[in-house]
Amino acid sequence: MPDNAKMKAEKVDFFYGPRHALKGIDLDICENRVTAIIGPSGCGKSTFIRLLNRMNELIPNTILKGKISLDGRDIFDPSVDPVEIRRRVGMVFQKPNPFPKSIFENIAYGLKVNGVSSRKIIEERVVKSLQEAALWHEIKDRINDNALKLSGGQQQRLCIARCLAVEPEVILFDEPCASLDPVSTQKIEELILQLKKDYTIAIVTHNMQQAARVSDYTGFFLLGELIEFDRTQRIFTAPSDKRTEDYVTGRFG
Amino acid sequence: MARVKEKAIRWTLAALAFSSLIFLVGIIIVLFKEGLPIFKAVRPGDFIFGKFWYPTYDPPEFGIFPLIMASMWVTLGALCVCVPLGVGSALYLNEIAGFKQRSLLKPAVEVLASIPSVVYGFFGMVVVAPFVQNLLKLDTGLCALTASIILGVMATPTVCSIAEDALNCVPNSFREASFAVGANRWQTLTQVVIPAAGSGISTAVILGISRAIGETMTVLMVAGGSAVIPKSFLDPVRPMTSAIAAEMGEAPVGGLHYHSLFAIALILFIVTFVFNIIAELVSRKFRIRLGQSG
Repeated sequence: MPDNAKMKAEKVDFFYGPRHALKGIDLDICENRVTAIIGPSGCGKSTFIRLLNRMNELIPNTILKGKISLDGRDIFDPSVDPVEIRRRVGMVFQKPNPFPKSIFENIAYGLKVNGVSSRKIIEERVVKSLQEAALWHEIKDRINDNALKLSGGQQQRLCIARCLAVEPEVILFDEPCASLDPVSTQKIEELILQLKKDYTIAIVTHNMQQAARVSDYTGFFLLGELIEFDRTQRIFTAPSDKRTEDYVTGRFG
Repeated sequence: MARVKEKAIRWTLAALAFSSLIFLVGIIIVLFKEGLPIFKAVRPGDFIFGKFWYPTYDPPEFGIFPLIMASMWVTLGALCVCVPLGVGSALYLNEIAGFKQRSLLKPAVEVLASIPSVVYGFFGMVVVAPFVQNLLKLDTGLCALTASIILGVMATPTVCSIAEDALNCVPNSFREASFAVGANRWQTLTQVVIPAAGSGISTAVILGISRAIGETMTVLMVAGGSAVIPKSFLDPVRPMTSAIAAEMGEAPVGGLHYHSLFAIALILFIVTFVFNIIAELVSRKFRIRLGQSG
């Protein structure tokens, strides 16, 4: 592939207790590109993306084999601090999950826990990330309101702003539009296309049209295996595996 | 016939359910009926703020201020023990402990709650009091400090299990969101999880207070029993509950001493009632707030 791999998964196997959830995954997440991961429910796509910032470690009784690297360095190496990985590899979740704090505090939180204490810098970064997340003009007059008062779509963009504030290099989206209406979904998709200029993005979705619209590369997962990984255009127009073709044409899934 | 049977069941169950209300009302009536007559002889202000409790002297003095202060000191001391122990163990159980540790520790906390208070009192007399006495070179180990320690340990299961419920109610998505921006476990705990569970934890503390303030047998056994306004935690004290328990047997029915003990019970009842109402209000507010987000 001509693009530069920012993150690399090599021969990754993952187990929830006895359940073999991921089988021998090899996949590159390319710099300043959007990589979509598609597949039916339970195929392991969310499991996979959660490995990329070590969120899997919050679940007990799991085993990981293989290697995942960020800029060539193994992120599961014992010398690596998971906190640092999660700062560099941010995540936006399926259900908007703002803290029960003000809009401002939600975004400032990531900065504060990472040691930014200057009020001026925090304020600047809060505004900047809200602008980047295309939320600023909607909420600029009520930045001290509780974030839970926002609509679902606004909450999700707030979560994106919260993620952007700590200036990650990679952003992982785990089905970010699963609980949103079509208008909010469209806004998030436009945002993702904007963000890829500055960030490397991976997005899990079970909406194939969404993958086709926003991504440059697409990986198709089925029952824990990566069936096919290629440029999005090829996956949707000329897939090489019959199962991929059946899935993207809507024959199952 | 079938309908008669159904009605009978319905009325029986209703009677059983309403019986607790009847008991409550009955107890309140008795407390007022037997407690209020003391105020014909002693003014309420003198009763509550009077410095001398000499109910059997001639003439008797009915100032329960030393007893109130004793209850406050002992309860305050117990709080200093049960809040760190209870909240700390709830945090460990819910946020840090693995499955194995939890399945060992949780039953242990529950068993702690099931030990009869007389056993705690006994343990306090035989083990804690001599230890405190030797450690601090006191005349007697039966003092407010010993009572506070024992009461604190007794209230710990209450605080722990309610605080743990509160932590359990904090959606996992808050923790994930915090970790995902690069917060560590400590930051997540102190800045996201504890504030989100804050009112639930406050409820736990308030119920811990009412558990400690109403406890009788233990304080009767280990607090020392001296009805003097305490100057320090090392003084023997007589909290309100132990005054009632110790003196009721020797107070002639219908006499002033008898009525004064009921009046103490009435005050105690009002205090715990208020604490429970506050706890209920706080936890209701907590449910509503998390309901919006979850």
